[in-house]
Amino acid sequence: MSTTTLRGATVPLKPQPATAMGSPWIWARANLFNSWLSTAITLVLGYLVVRFAVGVIEWGFLNAVWSVPTRADGTADTSACLNAKGIGACWAVIHDKYRFILFGRYPYEEQWRPAICIALFIALFIVSGMRRFWRRELAWIWLGTLTAIGVLMWGGVLGMQFVPQDSWGGLPITLILSTFGLAFAFPLAVLVALGRRSTQLPAVKMICVVYVELIRGVPLVSLLFMASVMFPLFLPEGINIDKLLRAQIAIILFAAAYLAEVIRAGLQALPKGQGEAADALGLSYWQKTARIILPQALRLVIPPLVNTFIGFFKDTSLVLIIGIFDLLTAGKVAISEPAWQSFATEIYIVLALVYFTFCFAMSKYSRGLERDLDRARSR
Amino acid sequence: MSGATIDPRLMVPRAAPKKKMTLSWSDPKFRALVWQVLIVGLVAAIVWYLSANTSRNLAARRIATGFAFLSRNAGIPIGESPIPYDPAVSTYGSALVIGILNTLKVAVVAIVLSTLLGTAIGIARLSGNWLIARIAIAYVEFLRGLPLLLQLLFWYTLLQTLPGPKQSFTLGGAIFLSNRGFRLPLLNWESAHSWALLGFVVAAVATYLYSRRAARLQAATGVRPKVLPVAIALLVGIPAVIWVVLGAPNSWDFPTLRGFNFQGGGTLSPEYAALLIGLSTYTAAYVAEIVRSGIQSVPAGQWEAAAALGLSRGQTLRRIVLPQALRVIIPPMTSQYLNVTKNSSLAVAIGYQDVVSIANTTLNQTGQAIEGIAYIMVVYLAISLSISLFMNWYNARIALVER
Repeated sequence: MSTTTLRGATVPLKPQPATAMGSPWIWARANLFNSWLSTAITLVLGYLVVRFAVGVIEWGFLNAVWSVPTRADGTADTSACLNAKGIGACWAVIHDKYRFILFGRYPYEEQWRPAICIALFIALFIVSGMRRFWRRELAWIWLGTLTAIGVLMWGGVLGMQFVPQDSWGGLPITLILSTFGLAFAFPLAVLVALGRRSTQLPAVKMICVVYVELIRGVPLVSLLFMASVMFPLFLPEGINIDKLLRAQIAIILFAAAYLAEVIRAGLQALPKGQGEAADALGLSYWQKTARIILPQALRLVIPPLVNTFIGFFKDTSLVLIIGIFDLLTAGKVAISEPAWQSFATEIYIVLALVYFTFCFAMSKYSRGLERDLDRARSR
Repeated sequence: MSGATIDPRLMVPRAAPKKKMTLSWSDPKFRALVWQVLIVGLVAAIVWYLSANTSRNLAARRIATGFAFLSRNAGIPIGESPIPYDPAVSTYGSALVIGILNTLKVAVVAIVLSTLLGTAIGIARLSGNWLIARIAIAYVEFLRGLPLLLQLLFWYTLLQTLPGPKQSFTLGGAIFLSNRGFRLPLLNWESAHSWALLGFVVAAVATYLYSRRAARLQAATGVRPKVLPVAIALLVGIPAVIWVVLGAPNSWDFPTLRGFNFQGGGTLSPEYAALLIGLSTYTAAYVAEIVRSGIQSVPAGQWEAAAALGLSRGQTLRRIVLPQALRVIIPPMTSQYLNVTKNSSLAVAIGYQDVVSIANTTLNQTGQAIEGIAYIMVVYLAISLSISLFMNWYNARIALVER
C-alpha cells in the first residue's frame, strides 16, 4: 500500500543512454549482449517472452470465441466455448455479461445513469489532477459532482425512476466507495493529523494516537466485519442503516487513519519557521493552520496521497467478503451462472484490465507529478 | 563571574516562571483545557452512547457477554489444522487457537518467500541487461496495479481447474499437483535427524565464531584466512557425520494414488497454496521497489571507490552497497511485513481458515460479536507489535553509528 519515494538520488547502475550512441545494433550490443552470461540470459528470456506472447495471441485472439448463439429458453449455448476450452478464450462471456459486470442489478433501461456517473467520476479525477485547479474552488467542484452523482444514482427527481441502494452495483459501487471514502476521510484525516501533532492538547493527542494505531493495526476485513455485525448493535433499536452505508463508514474510518499518517509526514516536513513566523504575525491557530501550514504541507505529500488513494481503490474490492455488489463481486456473480461457470479466467482478465487501467493511470500520474514537484523544489 | 564560586542558580537552566492560569479566554492554557475537556467529553459521550445501545441490544437478543463460550463445543469443520482437532469434541477455544496458527503459518512463509522473490526482482530491475530490467518492471507494475483479492481468486480458480488426482501433474512421481493441492513426499523423522539438526546448529555457532576470529586476524595482519571452505566443511560435515554414524536412516513417505485421492505424504491444500502464491507474488512487487530504491540510494561514489580498491561486483554489492542500502530498506520493509500479516486475512474469501475466518464463523454461531471482533483485534495487534519490535531492534542494530 505504501511506496517509497526517492528524490534526487543518482542511479549508479544505469548504463549511459545507449540510444544516443547511434544505431540499434550498438544499443543491442551494450544492453542485451554485453557478456556471455548476458547473451545467454537474453536468448533464454527472449525465447520465453516470444513463446508467451504467441500463446497469448493464439489463446486470446486467433482461437477465441467472440459470441455464442442463444438457446430458445434464453440461456446461452456455450458448446462452442467448451470446445475451444484450453486452446482459445471465450470472450462471449464478456459479450453476454458486460452490462451486468459494469452496472450490477441496476434496472436495465436506467443503466445510462450509472454510465454517466462513471464518466463524471473519471472527469472529477482528471480535473483534480490538473494543477490549474489546485485551489479552494476544487472543494466546490467535488461537492457539486458528488451531489450530481448521488442524484443520478438514486433518482426520484426530474422524472427519473427511484433506484434503491440495494440495486446498485458494479463499477459505480467501486468508484463510490473509494471516492466518497476519500472525500469524507480527508477532512477527518487532516483533523486527526493536526491533533496528533498538537503539543498543547495532550488528551486530544492521545485520542488521535490510539485511533490511528488501532485502525492501522488491524486488517480492513475485520473492520468490514465489524461494520456488518457490530453496527446494528451500536445503534438504538429500530434504526437500521443500509449495508452499503455501513461499509462506506468502515472504509472512511480506515482511510482516515492511513491518510492522517501521510498528512502528518507533510506537517513534519514543513520547516518550523513557517509556524513561528505565523505566530509572530499574530495569526490565530486556525488562521495559521488554514492559510500557512496546510497549503504547504499538503502540497508536499500529494504523491504519497495519490499512492494511498490507489491502495484504497484496490482495497474497496474487499467488500466482496461482506457481500456488497462492487465490480469484483459482480464479476464473481456473473460466473456463478451455470452456462458460464467454467470461464472464470476470462472474467478475471477483464476485471483485471479495468482495475489496472485505473491504478496504472493514477500511478503514472503520481510519478510524473513527483518528478515535476522535485524539479520545482530543487531549484 | 570573576569569583571562585559560581552562583548555583546560574548553573541550571531556568524554566520560564510559571504563570498561574487565569480563567479567561485570552489565556492559552485555559483555552487548551476547555478544548480538551470538550473533546474528551464528546468522545466519551459517543462511546457511552454506543456501549449503552449495545448492552441494551445484547440484552434484547439474550446474548450473554463474556468468554464462557470458549469452552463450549465448537462443531466448526476445519479443513487443515496444525494441532489435533475434532469438530465433535473440540471447543471454540481450540478452534480460535487453530486460526492463529493458520495465520502465522501462511504469514511467516509468505514473508520469507516475498523477501527472496522481491529482492531478486528488485536487483533484476537494476540489471544492465535491458530485457531483464524490462521484465522486472512489467512484473512490478502489473502486480501492484491489481487488487490482491482479485489475484487470490484468480490463483484459487486456477488451482481448482487443475485435473483431478488421477490425471494430476507429477514431478518424477514424487510431487503431485492436482485440484486437491500439492502432495509432497515427507521424510520419516527419526532421532538421527534430530541429532543431525543439533549438529547443524553447533556447526553454525562454530562458523560464526570462526568468522569472527577471521575478521580479527584480518584486522591485525591484513590477511583474511579462508572462511568459506571451513564454513562449508563445518555446516555440511558435522551433520553428515552424525547422520552416517547413527545408521543413515533415509525412508520417505511418498504420496500414492489410492482410489480417488492420495494417501501418505504431506499436503498443501489448494486454499493454502493459492493464498501463499498470491500473497508472496503480490508483496514481492512492493519488496522489489523497496530494494531497488534502497540500492539506488547508495551514492555512485561507493561503487567507484570499491572498484578502485579492487573489489569484485559481487563483493561490492555484499560488503559495501547492501549494508548501506539496508538502512534505507528496513523501515519500509517492516510496514510491508505488517501488510502481509494483515492481508493474509483475505484468506476468508477463498476458504482458508485463518483468524478472521474462524472468528467470523464463531461469531455467527454464538452471536458473540464483541468478543469475536476483540479477539481479531487483539491477535493482529499482538502480531503487528511483535513484528515492529523485532524490526526496530534489527534497525537499531544496523543503524549508522554516529558520534
